[in-house]
Amino acid sequence: MLASGIKVLFAGQNMQRLLGGFLVTLRVAIIVLILGGILGVLLGALRTLHNRPLRIILRIYLEIFRIVPTVVLLFVAYYILPQTFGLNLPGEEVAVLVFTLWTAAEMSDIVRGALESVPVHQKESGLAIGLTQAQLFRYVLIPQAIPVALPGTINLATRIIKTTSLLLMISVMDIVNVGQTLVEANGHKNPSAAFWIYGMMFILYYILCAPLSQWAKRVEKKRLERANG
Amino acid sequence: MAEELLRVEHLKKSYQSKEVLHDINFAIHKGEVVALLGSSGSGKSTLIRTLNGLEDYQGGTITFAGETVHPSKATWLALRQRIGMVFQSYDLFPNLSVLDNILLGPLKVQHRSRAEAEEDARKLLASVNLADYADRYPRQLSGGQKQRIAIVRALALHPEMMLFDEVTASLDPEMVRGVLDIMTDLAKRDMTMIVVTHEMNFAREVADRVLFLSDGEILEDRQTAEFFAHPATKRAQEFLASMEF
Repeated sequence: MLASGIKVLFAGQNMQRLLGGFLVTLRVAIIVLILGGILGVLLGALRTLHNRPLRIILRIYLEIFRIVPTVVLLFVAYYILPQTFGLNLPGEEVAVLVFTLWTAAEMSDIVRGALESVPVHQKESGLAIGLTQAQLFRYVLIPQAIPVALPGTINLATRIIKTTSLLLMISVMDIVNVGQTLVEANGHKNPSAAFWIYGMMFILYYILCAPLSQWAKRVEKKRLERANG
Repeated sequence: MAEELLRVEHLKKSYQSKEVLHDINFAIHKGEVVALLGSSGSGKSTLIRTLNGLEDYQGGTITFAGETVHPSKATWLALRQRIGMVFQSYDLFPNLSVLDNILLGPLKVQHRSRAEAEEDARKLLASVNLADYADRYPRQLSGGQKQRIAIVRALALHPEMMLFDEVTASLDPEMVRGVLDIMTDLAKRDMTMIVVTHEMNFAREVADRVLFLSDGEILEDRQTAEFFAHPATKRAQEFLASMEF
């Protein structure tokens, strides 16, 4: 009977544990978004400069993080860092490191595209009033690039949130891992528990990601309206 | 005759192996207005952009206010405060209000006080009949209004010379007059100006001298009236005949 499984959700500490796992998910996602975002903006700005070797290196970095599945990167870091470099980090920190590097790569591409979407005339008229390269970025290029980059960045945020489910793979107790544990512990006695536990996970992910996704759509629509006068 | 402000000697510019400006020589005195004429592709835009460090050059020297320009980023950063430039596309910064567009240079480049720079900016706005537009944003303005403000933005740095690169070329016809009037007014107030334009009547009215460019070479450097009455080269004759004015 389907309804009986709902008891598992509220039995003992189960709900607290699920929400606790959700907090881990949220914490990792927020730290990654901030660190990866900052690094990505810097790398994206560097990729617009006329420095060929730098552009090529950053391009290769982006491609590696794009082509290799994130879970592989995660395993590589989790198992190889301690073995090869003697660096024993807790799983959550390894994940933050890997996800940050992945986010920075994706973010750098969003930022590069947004900066390059600013017309070259804007750059020249900034130079013509004597702005330095740094001032040009700060007062002219970045403010104009933000509305262009925002929808992609918000979508990236939802991807980060969803990607944190990989934390399960390296034994971090995120919401998926907690849920999995609960299902395994209760599943044989109460087969419908899985429906409610995974349902709860679905709802929590949904209330986090759906508004972001809507926001991205709205921002993009507003930007297009403005751009087309 | 007034003091010499700009001297260009043996200037050469190439893109890869193709030379686009060949041995350019001319001098401009303080208060002089020079029209740079020529058909499209003659190199006039490239030349005027070279004078503001937006294009590099491969040979020759530029001397400004008695000092030889040693082309480097730092040199041009300093010189751009003294040589203003306005472009064809009226490129105000859309993220800033009209007033902030004008104040960006005076505040961030010249580090002047806000009160003084703002008073100055408002005076300049009033001089182009846009005193009430300080708080508007560029998207709320017509092309002509934007271009007048772009001129004010350049003037706000109090440059010693102004470069105009086809500033009326993308304006609707009814907007052209307002912009040209401002330039005429500047010329009357003894601003040194180099003007790339296709407005022949304006060039004839306002310019003291004409430099006629063809295929990256100055073919004529003449007093305006002489140039229009008796163009010496066949190229210039053909050019003038092809223009409607």
